Amino acid sequence: MLKIENLSFDVNDDKGEKEIIKDLNLEIQDGKFVVITGPNGGGKSTMAKLIMGIEKPTSGRILFDGIDITDRNITERARLGISFAFQQPVRFKGIRVLDLMRLASGRRLSVAEACVYLAEVGLCAKDYISREVNASLSGGELKRVEIATVLARGGKLAVFDEPEAGIDLWSFQNLIRVFERMQKTTQGSVLIISHQERILNIADEIVVIADGHIVKHGAKDEILPQILGTDSAVDACRRLSDFAGQPEQA
Amino acid sequence: MADEIQARLLEEVADLHGVPEGAYNIRTDGETTGRGTTANIDIVTKTDCAGIEIRIKPGTRNESVHIPVVLSKSGIKETVYNDFFIGEDCDVVIIAGCGISNCGQQDSQHDGVHRFYVGKNSKVKYVEKHYGEGDGLGKRIMNPATEVYLEENSRAEMEMVQIKGVDSTVRTTKAELKAGANLVVRERLLTHGSQNAVSSYTVELNGEDSSVDLVSRSVARDSSTQTFESRISGNTKCSGHSECDAIIMDQAKIVAVPGLTANHVDAALIHEAAIGKIAGEQIVKLMTLGLTEQEAEEQIISGFLK
Repeated sequence: MLKIENLSFDVNDDKGEKEIIKDLNLEIQDGKFVVITGPNGGGKSTMAKLIMGIEKPTSGRILFDGIDITDRNITERARLGISFAFQQPVRFKGIRVLDLMRLASGRRLSVAEACVYLAEVGLCAKDYISREVNASLSGGELKRVEIATVLARGGKLAVFDEPEAGIDLWSFQNLIRVFERMQKTTQGSVLIISHQERILNIADEIVVIADGHIVKHGAKDEILPQILGTDSAVDACRRLSDFAGQPEQA
Repeated sequence: MADEIQARLLEEVADLHGVPEGAYNIRTDGETTGRGTTANIDIVTKTDCAGIEIRIKPGTRNESVHIPVVLSKSGIKETVYNDFFIGEDCDVVIIAGCGISNCGQQDSQHDGVHRFYVGKNSKVKYVEKHYGEGDGLGKRIMNPATEVYLEENSRAEMEMVQIKGVDSTVRTTKAELKAGANLVVRERLLTHGSQNAVSSYTVELNGEDSSVDLVSRSVARDSSTQTFESRISGNTKCSGHSECDAIIMDQAKIVAVPGLTANHVDAALIHEAAIGKIAGEQIVKLMTLGLTEQEAEEQIISGFLK
């Protein structure tokens, strides 16, 4: 279980100190599929980074399975079972998709095993396994490889920071299916930062963060009707259906 | 065949665990200590200076030549001339490499001059690895000079790797290409400590539709210095590409000097150069996969130099 207690995060910029996360409290139970939404600039991605240890909080505590991880670094949190998919995945010259999958799983995955994860995110494995994770991959391909590394890692808590960002709608349709499957099969908890209605729709719980606070938190059936039609629940796919199934370019 | 140090050096530079298949010439501490020839590949000792001539008959295909050099004594300095005469319509692999183990006080130096004469329509793959070890005060110095003469429609693919332990290296590579010839160079270099490495390329694209693709990837750590120079001249309708991509760390210094000369309106020449430190996001990503910061750095470097 993830427990966030009185978490605050301030940054210093030209205009002086600014509070991004303000005294935030949140609990994520084991096995839950939780989607965090809310307006841009509300502190969602910062929250995700604080959970992974990429950012350090100004005050407050984060507990994971009863352990205070507030002062633990990224590596230690990863080894405790937290994994993270970046909003903008990073590229590596010379590191192949297979190498990255092996690093993620922490063992020498066979090609066949790695292919299962790639197939899961809709990539034809034989075309990708030997490709370098470099600029030759498109934004959508890179995003799927990123998600495949999180699947291969198989931790207790997977955090996805805006998986829909930077990909075309066609890829998004397939991505939704990945999360739908994950919702059904995953053993651990899943935390997704997303505005997309279709992702919100498969959540067990929805959390709305605005201006550094939690403004709503509850079961999907309770929260979703309240936020439909706002910026917190965007329907990306209506436009796609207007194109009668034609692929949309990124 | 060799003592333990020499055997290890041979393994590092040529992946050799014993006597290689195909033609070979093993040079140990200034002497030829092993040689084998085949029906198509002859190796003869030069009479006017140190070195060998490797003669490959026209039409030789799928054969390999190993010519490793090991220096396991302190204080050896040698300049060796190796000439490769590759006939027409060949397809061969040449594996060279030099390993120096210097635990003594005096410098050990191997300057290898390799000249390749590649016949029409032939294909050559050349792999060269340099490796140094030993904790003596004596330096490990290698100054390889490579010259490549490519006849019409021939192709040379050169893989040159120096990853560890060579204190000082000045590497010069010259190539002249005739019509339809193609040269591919993949250089990998890692310097550490107070090492100094210079790599300098001069390529003359003389024949119509000749082409060169030269890619250097390097990592400079500690207080080492690296200089990369490439001069590509396009003297006719041709294409040339060179790329120098370097990771800088610690207090290292890297100089990249790209040079392109077009002497013809249809010479298409490109140079790319980039020097930068390891991106912080790359390290963070690998840490989220459970690697420590140091392990992440090692993975990034070894991938980059692969």
